[in-house]
Amino acid sequence: MSGADPDLVRALGAIVGPRWVKIRDAERRTYEADGLPTHASVPMVAVLPGSKAEVIAIVRLLHERRVAWVARGAGTGLSGGALADAETVLIPLTRMNKILGIDPTARRAVIEPGVVNARLSEAAAPFGLGYAPDPSSQAACTIGGNVAENAGGPHCLKYGATTAHVVALEVVLPDGSLATLGCPQGEPWGPDLVGLFVGSEGMFGIALEITVRLEPVPAAVRTLLADFGSVRAATESVGAIIASGIVPAALELLDQACVRAVEASIYAAGYPTDAAAVLLVELDGTRAAVEAETMMVERFLTEAGARTIRSAETAEARARLWQGRKKAFGAMGRIAPDLVVQDAVVPRSALPDVLDTITEVGRRYDLTIANVFHAGDGNLHPNICYDHRDLALRERVHRASKEIMEACVAAGGSITGEHGVGADKMEYMPLIFDPTSLATMCAVRRAFDPAERANPRKVVPTRYCREWRPEPIR
Amino acid sequence: MSRLILDLLGAEFGVAVTRDPDGLPRVAPRTSDETAAALGLAHRHGWRVRVEGRGTWMPADAPADLVVTTTGLDRIGSIAPADLVATVQAGTPLRTLAAALAGHRTWLALDPPGSPDRSLGSVLATATAGPARHRFGPVRDHVLGTTVATADGRLVRAGGTVVKNVAGFDLTKLQIGGFGGFGIITEANVRLRAMPAARRTAVATGALDPLFHAAQAIVAAEVDAIVIELLSPMVTGSADWRLLVEIAGTEAGATSELARARDAAGDVALMPASGGALGVAAGQAFLEGPVSIRAGALPASLPDIADLVVEELGPGRMSLGPGRGGLRWSGTTSVERIRRLRGLLAHREIPVTLERAPWPIREGAGHFGELREGVAPLSARVRAVFDPTGVLVAPLEGRDG
Ligand SMILES: Cc1cc2nc3c(=O)[nH]c(=O)nc-3n(C[C@H](O)[C@H](O)[C@H](O)COP(=O)(O)OP(=O)(O)OC[C@H]3O[C@@H](n4cnc5c(N)ncnc54)[C@H](O)[C@@H]3O)c2cc1C
Repeated sequence: MSGADPDLVRALGAIVGPRWVKIRDAERRTYEADGLPTHASVPMVAVLPGSKAEVIAIVRLLHERRVAWVARGAGTGLSGGALADAETVLIPLTRMNKILGIDPTARRAVIEPGVVNARLSEAAAPFGLGYAPDPSSQAACTIGGNVAENAGGPHCLKYGATTAHVVALEVVLPDGSLATLGCPQGEPWGPDLVGLFVGSEGMFGIALEITVRLEPVPAAVRTLLADFGSVRAATESVGAIIASGIVPAALELLDQACVRAVEASIYAAGYPTDAAAVLLVELDGTRAAVEAETMMVERFLTEAGARTIRSAETAEARARLWQGRKKAFGAMGRIAPDLVVQDAVVPRSALPDVLDTITEVGRRYDLTIANVFHAGDGNLHPNICYDHRDLALRERVHRASKEIMEACVAAGGSITGEHGVGADKMEYMPLIFDPTSLATMCAVRRAFDPAERANPRKVVPTRYCREWRPEPIR
Repeated sequence: MSRLILDLLGAEFGVAVTRDPDGLPRVAPRTSDETAAALGLAHRHGWRVRVEGRGTWMPADAPADLVVTTTGLDRIGSIAPADLVATVQAGTPLRTLAAALAGHRTWLALDPPGSPDRSLGSVLATATAGPARHRFGPVRDHVLGTTVATADGRLVRAGGTVVKNVAGFDLTKLQIGGFGGFGIITEANVRLRAMPAARRTAVATGALDPLFHAAQAIVAAEVDAIVIELLSPMVTGSADWRLLVEIAGTEAGATSELARARDAAGDVALMPASGGALGVAAGQAFLEGPVSIRAGALPASLPDIADLVVEELGPGRMSLGPGRGGLRWSGTTSVERIRRLRGLLAHREIPVTLERAPWPIREGAGHFGELREGVAPLSARVRAVFDPTGVLVAPLEGRDG
């Protein structure tokens, strides 16, 4: 049983009903991870609100009692960001899963934070609309989690990540006060606090109601699968496509280790297993534009040395080409007990060299590193298979991950493109930000949460948060 | 006082200190560090600072002890055509930047109103997007990272140079449209686009209603346009409204999309026009009115809102975005009228942002006006992080009306 104060448990139960307060060990353990095998932590108690009013009441109660808390969506974050420890209350928002309204004329939807990403596009489909950000985890992850992480996805190359699609937010701040940020059209209405809140990793408050843009479903879509004899050739074709001015809806790359894992799994998509890399290119838009761009892209692929190019236009054929990509993590997860899905970004032009470095790091630490990634925006996902029970192996994985991050930063990149910093990447933050900038991030966080009770000790290492505090306003 | 400021600044910056036309000491730092140093000095001495760009957009009339201008921050640090990113100092004129980018077959897809010599920083700080926001989105979508000198003299870097990045809180968003309340942007990493092979412009002329319906039909047909914008008669100095459609892409693509736009427009005749000239002239026309506002209205409500804006603020130059929404008005008006318009539009969830005005109107109405309940204290706390003692003269909320 949890060490939670029985009085607190009673008070939480009075808000949500006792059955939505989880104190038994087995129940709490279901929340101990967020898909990243290197981090686990069991919360003091989990409380599942069913309405906006209940969330507000919980936050106010915890504010009065000075108890720290962590909001949680589906727990697919992969950065340890949604974990809470034995002193901290976890607030899963999965019961708040209502789509409150879809306005097809304005192309907007208003939703609760626990709505699963894929469900919104399904609900908008009858109107010929869809929600563009499509993380590969979209069948499970929540839009509240997407807002907190500024989630991306394959189609963000053309349509932009979550931040480009959220126009307004109703939030409860950690002191229990409410604020409505933004407006349906998208003009910020004051400083751009929507832009600031998106990507704040649960440390600024809880998004209670989210207003998003919906995009029309394109008239035509074409998916191409090209396979290459070298990873370098594949990444060079990416550069050529982008430099031509064509913005594909998606440009995804899987290397040989990844292709083989996919083809050996139940998700086999017919990718050639002798290829060093396969590239998925999706073009969408008007029929004429898609046809013209397809011809150009096929030429770039051939010039870069593609061995074969397959093309799919029907929904079923495209789904099959995509299946391997979408299920790649799942497929890799089956070949070893544990899988670290890494996330980093490099300038597109640095892709060939950085991928060479990753291969070299893998060789040096004797690790299998498989790459599946958003090539169009240089967002890498090196995946390392291992077994967490092997301590020495764990240490090698950690060192290799760190070297990969350093290589990406040295190439002018970033330590995360979509999974966030959470707990996992905190140690890398000083690689890309100086102490003053880190201290300013902490100070901005305190503007939302002076007591630092929302998702404590994430994103910025605490030692950087003590260096500078604003003087009082004159 | 101004003597002391000149002496202290002179000791630190040497030749770069001058006086502005009103006799105020003015410093033109050449680097981010120098900018931070100037602000640090102001902070320690309790001077109030007016920030200026190239002086083509906002009037240089805010009362202050010291002027910091970004004209010395005029270098293009790097252009990476393969990665479609450039690092640019904030005082760089857009025209200079565009010329440099053209040499690399790239462009920055921002077409804000005003002079082509506007500084990049002024566009970012005021978030004034132009018609190309239809395709390329608001100003915030073009900025990957910023370096900012805070009012107490720190240098804060946010974001980076890659197109996808979620490391750390997105402090850059505060700077875009922050109207100088959150520090001085000294440098920005901006996202570029590959230059399209072909651009086609077409224009229709007539009354607002039929043109608006034609525009809506073009939007509904998903024509792949970079611009779909309605310009009021005063913008072009004619008797009629104009519908401006611009397409970019391959030769064949642009031609076929233009044909689709024509079909969608039905009876409204879209005539070929010379590339971009009308857009540029329209942008400059917005300088003719001393006050310019933008309203965050959804597309369907634009004709209604345009009527209301004219009723409340008076006649003016207007542009409406039938694809993404949003309206810009420029003319002569008063603090009271802006406040009343804000009051009326707030009920419809439409914010009115004051983009440009003489000081008395900025001070009275504020760039944003009174913020909503809950947002005002939050915004003040965030602002205090960047300007703890109120050094920067940036009237975000205005006086209580
Ligand atoms: C197989 C797999 C593939 C993935 N692919 C992608 C991808 O393509 N692109 C991508 O971007 N990510 C991807 N991810 C990562 C992850 O799915 C996203 O980060 C997603 O946004 C997390 O959503 P969630 O609901 O699971 O949030 P959680 O993991 O539960 O929480 C994430 C963070 O959000 C905070 N939070 C949750 N709800 C709220 C709220 N309402 N208000 C404030 N804060 C809140 C939490 O405190 C936490 O800090 C993938 C993950 C997996 C496992």
